[in-house]
Amino acid sequence: MAEIFWWVIFPYIAFAILILGSFYRYAFRGISWYAPSTEIFEKRWLRIGSTFFHWGIIFAFIGHVMGILIPRSFYLSIGVSDHLYHFFAILGGAIPGLMVVFGLLVMLVRKLSIPSVQVHTTFAEYYTIILLLLVAGIGTYMTIIFNTTVVAYEYRATIGPWFRSLFVFQPQYQLMSDVPFIFRLHVVLSFLLFASIPFTQLIHMFSFPGRYPFRAPQQYRARDGYKNSRP
Amino acid sequence: MRIKAQVAMVMHLDKCIGCHTCSVTCKNVWTNRPGMEYVWFNNVETRPGPGYPKEWENTDRYKGGWTLRNGRLHLRAGGPVAKLANIFYNPNMADLSDFYEPWTYDFEHLHKAPSKEHLPVARPKSTITGKYMDKPEWGPNWDDDLAGGSEVVPMDPNVRKLQEHIAMEYEKTFMMYLPRICEHCLNPSCVASCPTGALYKRDEDGIVLVDQEACRGWRFCQNGCPYHKVYYNWNTHKAEKCNFCYPRTEAGLPTICSETCVGRIRYIGVVLYDADRVKKAASVEDPKDLYEAQLSVFLDPQDPEVIERALEAGINRSWIDSAQQSPIYKMAMKWKIALPLHPEYRTLPMVWYVPPLSPIMNHLTNEHDLSADGYIPAVDQMRIPMEYLASILSADDTSVIRRVLLKMAAMRVHMRDKSVGGMDEMKKSKLLQEAGTTVEELEDMARLLAVSKYNERFVIPTGRREMDEDLHYKRGACSIEELAPPEGMVTYPFERGDTP
Repeated sequence: MAEIFWWVIFPYIAFAILILGSFYRYAFRGISWYAPSTEIFEKRWLRIGSTFFHWGIIFAFIGHVMGILIPRSFYLSIGVSDHLYHFFAILGGAIPGLMVVFGLLVMLVRKLSIPSVQVHTTFAEYYTIILLLLVAGIGTYMTIIFNTTVVAYEYRATIGPWFRSLFVFQPQYQLMSDVPFIFRLHVVLSFLLFASIPFTQLIHMFSFPGRYPFRAPQQYRARDGYKNSRP
Repeated sequence: MRIKAQVAMVMHLDKCIGCHTCSVTCKNVWTNRPGMEYVWFNNVETRPGPGYPKEWENTDRYKGGWTLRNGRLHLRAGGPVAKLANIFYNPNMADLSDFYEPWTYDFEHLHKAPSKEHLPVARPKSTITGKYMDKPEWGPNWDDDLAGGSEVVPMDPNVRKLQEHIAMEYEKTFMMYLPRICEHCLNPSCVASCPTGALYKRDEDGIVLVDQEACRGWRFCQNGCPYHKVYYNWNTHKAEKCNFCYPRTEAGLPTICSETCVGRIRYIGVVLYDADRVKKAASVEDPKDLYEAQLSVFLDPQDPEVIERALEAGINRSWIDSAQQSPIYKMAMKWKIALPLHPEYRTLPMVWYVPPLSPIMNHLTNEHDLSADGYIPAVDQMRIPMEYLASILSADDTSVIRRVLLKMAAMRVHMRDKSVGGMDEMKKSKLLQEAGTTVEELEDMARLLAVSKYNERFVIPTGRREMDEDLHYKRGACSIEELAPPEGMVTYPFERGDTP
């Protein structure tokens, strides 16, 4: 029963909260949809923390796509052996992982120690940073220490297929029963993080202005056109 | 031809007394709230000086405005791709230390302090952290009237450019006031800097606004504007800027800064321009040609063809009438006495400045029998170096400044002659010739610059509301109704025709 809760019910609840919560935020709390920057108060530490964290998490995301979404059979079919995969996965996972953890630590210390930043840090921001730190810290530990000392765990046979099975609505929860505890903890905390997105500043990730390079530099809007448009 | 109308402003610096009334009324109307304490949509700077924020003219540091590379316009801070790569941290943005840490005083302590040997004091308290500050070290107009002279004047980027030495002794130095608001540029670099497209130029009047619902707080507009007139509200995490008091101008009223200007230095009017010419005008090779290039985008509102095309473009009669009587058109385009601020930023700014005259450095010995021509060299010996004015108003082209100053001097000479006499005939003078003007024009200028009344200084057509779809609904409605519909009344957007 616990298996069904953690690997079926909990993930779907998290996804539901993520999707419905984001819609709710957009529709009813739209004015708070922003990237809450404190750069105006402090620049030096932000440069280090924010840059390391954001670039790290982008590469970590790409790494997760490669490890979880792309099936093992695909790698084998293009001639990437398990050994070769794990060598690059550990290397390619360690660097972004350390970047994320380092960036988060800098940002957390910055928020705690610089008075003007500290007063403007909300509970949601501490919560997000600490949860991210837990998820990223465990992930980095798994990649660097667990994988090299205990066993190079083949998550592409268990977590990967289970995660993909969620999207076809046939969750194969039994795949998760033999997964090492540390990996399970990483997965559960990650889903908690997903569910937190609509209620924290993490929402700004959905606003990445990818259309910017393709739009005209100058924008004109008519007054009455403005009334009806929400980009 | 794509005709658009633009509301614009002229500030006559000769009349500015630096009283900051404009800043104070603007502050009270627009930026008197948490998150905006450090923000002045309108500020008055003493020049030479660092300005607000400090060194805002230092384009090497803040990288505002446009540059020309291989004949094409580029944002100096980097184009869209470079911006997206830097989106996690904006290296060129000013922080609060470049403005100042806003504070209030602990006034309550004055009447709550117990009886003591010493008088109680109201200690400064930061409005950012809420904590006491030992001593504020910089604040709004900290350098007012050259306060801190020899320390603050070298912080002026224009001074550093000057070849000649600037005397710092108070009896020898110079100063002038520079009131600044958003320029509502024809080629705004803040708009082009916004990754989300939240900043836009209003079609009907050219006012540059920030859509508060669309703004995501990426902050590139803040230093993307070379005038540093877009600000980050740390409370709402969104950009805010001068909105040309559009709720007032839409009702035909001047902006609050203009309305309350004690010296009556401000003029507001409409100009018509061809939006298709803007890009070309902003991309001329030599920065010194930018002023003339900018003038070339404006259209003569008296020209029948222009009127016809403007009507086709949906600009109504009252706007065309206003454009015909526009004080801005007269001063900036016809008489060419008002100049754009820093045209070299290539944004085609729309707040224009009449450069100030200043005392003549050398004593005029035979003033009572001085001919009109005697004033020609006087223009070259004024306290404010022409190079300084040129570095602010004409991309270092002193000939432009000289022509304006000659015209202003000629106007004074002629009007003095008219009222007290004793001058040789102006019509034959070399002064008139060198200033490139006529006696009639000088008299028109004197009228508008000195004695014009409210409705001549502010020729503002009301907002074009006749095209609004929901006037029927709006009639008798309260302005807050969109936010809070009255009880018992169902007002879904589709019911009142807000959605097309």
